[in-house]
Amino acid sequence: MTDPMADNACARMEFLLQADHDNELDVAATAELAAHLAQCPHCRAAQAELAALSRGLRELPRPTASDRLRASILAAAPLAPRIAPRKWGSRLVPVGAGLALAASVALVAFVPRGPNLEAEVVSSHIRALQPGHLTDVVSTDQHTVKPWFNGRLAYAPPVKDLAAKGFPLVGGRLDYVDGRPVAVLTYRHALHEIDLYVWPAATATAPAKEATRDGFNTVTWIQDAMAAWAVSDLERSELENFAKLWRAEP
Amino acid sequence: MPGRAPASDFATVMLPHLDAATSLARWLLRDQAEAEDAVQDACLRAITYHASFRGENPRAWLLRIVRNVVHERLRARATRAEAPLGVEGEAGFIDLPDPSPGPDAVLSGRQDAARLEAALAALPAELRECLVLCELEELSYREIAHITDVPIGTVMSRLWRARRMLRPLVARGCT
Repeated sequence: MTDPMADNACARMEFLLQADHDNELDVAATAELAAHLAQCPHCRAAQAELAALSRGLRELPRPTASDRLRASILAAAPLAPRIAPRKWGSRLVPVGAGLALAASVALVAFVPRGPNLEAEVVSSHIRALQPGHLTDVVSTDQHTVKPWFNGRLAYAPPVKDLAAKGFPLVGGRLDYVDGRPVAVLTYRHALHEIDLYVWPAATATAPAKEATRDGFNTVTWIQDAMAAWAVSDLERSELENFAKLWRAEP
Repeated sequence: MPGRAPASDFATVMLPHLDAATSLARWLLRDQAEAEDAVQDACLRAITYHASFRGENPRAWLLRIVRNVVHERLRARATRAEAPLGVEGEAGFIDLPDPSPGPDAVLSGRQDAARLEAALAALPAELRECLVLCELEELSYREIAHITDVPIGTVMSRLWRARRMLRPLVARGCT
């Protein structure tokens, strides 16, 4: 602190320190900052304060939307065209606004028959992440999950457990995509959910393709005449790894 | 049903961000009831403009509308209060004189969540806005710059000023 040269260096480091904290720093600047931090206790303390402030701010109680607000916005949102509703009764939460939300979302679920399958699959995944909507059959055993689809679908989806590879199967459910009921297998990796949508494809195979939408990554491929869509907020590389492992699994 | 998909998708795409919208409005307006009114206005506007949504970050898209509605309300508030000339800050930001103690006064108190909350609420509005979008909504500098309609460099300097004002609150907690 008494060395004016050091103070100048620190002043120059301020934005680097902050950008690093906010994950906005490029590689070259990161190296420069690291070198400075190694020999500057003043900036190390500033760095610790930034982290402590972040923690403090993120622990503050978050204002949330009231049920009334949610309901009023749902009432104003344009509703989808009518299509025969699927059985939602068992999963509706008996709370006023929650009910309105679930009902509206159920209608919206049937809308897109258009070309944008990816948007449809991502939307379906987001809906499934809402509390209480994740799985119809909860089991880590593929021999429980696979028979569960019998009689519920006109095809037998391939069910594979990748627990040994770090992607345990946690269950399955039915969803409605591209105008028909499809099988969804749910996997977990760390704290992330991966939904794998599987349905019969017109062609036997197709190479994997990937995309990002609304912050969710998707990987899609066709194998053994089954189209598969993997959707998750998992890092792209990890989701690709999941897709590779899944395809390689017998 | 050509042309209807974007509008009908509104509930699915935007409702997950309703809490974030309410949180931002509440932090900027400092009043829950008015924040909810603002979010409702913003959502009605968002429904109208939803056709122009092109698949960017939906949270950032919605928050930008919320922020615009909030600023209109702050301006109306200032007009009602017959604010003296010269309150119009950079980027047309208007804020009411705040009856609560300023950040410095607040900082001298105990280091707990309530103090931090009060200090955040007492920050100048344009600094508070940046910090909330960065720390609580975890948006990128680019997204914050887009939402608040200022260059990225301004976002960085506002963030730094905001943090410099709040850091003493947590300074003793970290070694």
